[in-house]
Amino acid sequence: MGDDADKRRLDAEFTDLYRAHLRDVYSYSYYRVGNHHDAEDLTEQTFLQAYRHFERAQRESDGRPLRPWLIRIAHNLAANYYRDRSRRPQTQLEDAAVVSAPHDTEDLVEGRQELKDVLAGVQALPDDRREALIMRFALGMDNREIARALDRSEGATKVLIHRAIKQLEQGLKEEETSNG
Amino acid sequence: MAEMSEVEALLRSALVPVEPSEALSDRLQTTLSEITDLAVDELADWELSTMRDPRNWGPTVAAVVAGGAAATGLVVLSARRQRKRNRSGDPLAALEHGLREVSSDLRTRLGR
Repeated sequence: MGDDADKRRLDAEFTDLYRAHLRDVYSYSYYRVGNHHDAEDLTEQTFLQAYRHFERAQRESDGRPLRPWLIRIAHNLAANYYRDRSRRPQTQLEDAAVVSAPHDTEDLVEGRQELKDVLAGVQALPDDRREALIMRFALGMDNREIARALDRSEGATKVLIHRAIKQLEQGLKEEETSNG
Repeated sequence: MAEMSEVEALLRSALVPVEPSEALSDRLQTTLSEITDLAVDELADWELSTMRDPRNWGPTVAAVVAGGAAATGLVVLSARRQRKRNRSGDPLAALEHGLREVSSDLRTRLGR
């Protein structure tokens, strides 16, 4: 009977985790794989994997938030996804901001192009830099959380994000210059 | 707090959170419900029916007691694979098949 009660408690806690972080996992997956279909697959697999190891993760977390752990699972599954199918992220990301933005003025059309350029720049970054930016800006994770998700120190994560932003800034400037 | 650079502001606008579709949300909810229902109902029933045959006692009991949530998760994963192979099949039958696959897998791993 004790086992049943423990199982029910775990299931309830896992359901809370799922509800709190479905959007995070989906957003991360989407920006990693570049399309909704594969992002859904990746999200589903992430939560199934998470369920399998939830009890241990909870035990070892010492009360710390489990979002970095979830994102780490998605990160590993995404790496396998590319390895198994010899695929790379799609170059043309159907970005959510551009799709959902109202487009009734010329300024906004220009703005949309600017966002597309930023997304293309993010996609062109080395994997670790791109992922750190996705975690920071799409998921709103702080340095500590990103460090846990990427299995790095907080200091190294801070440097990683700084360099990612600088590289992106440089790339956008060069793009602007080459376009006149 | 440091002032946000122009690129950071652009990143904030470009990398917005993406809402999952309702279909995905529903599908995952269903899967989670299957897991919990399986744990308290089908898993127990299946376990009892299996235990009527003493040849199954060792590995089955070990799997259920030691595996806990992880074993159930395996069952669901297995059942989902089975359902993908046979979309028109009975979900309960697929779950049962999953249970048997996991039991078989555990027996193999335990070398018994």
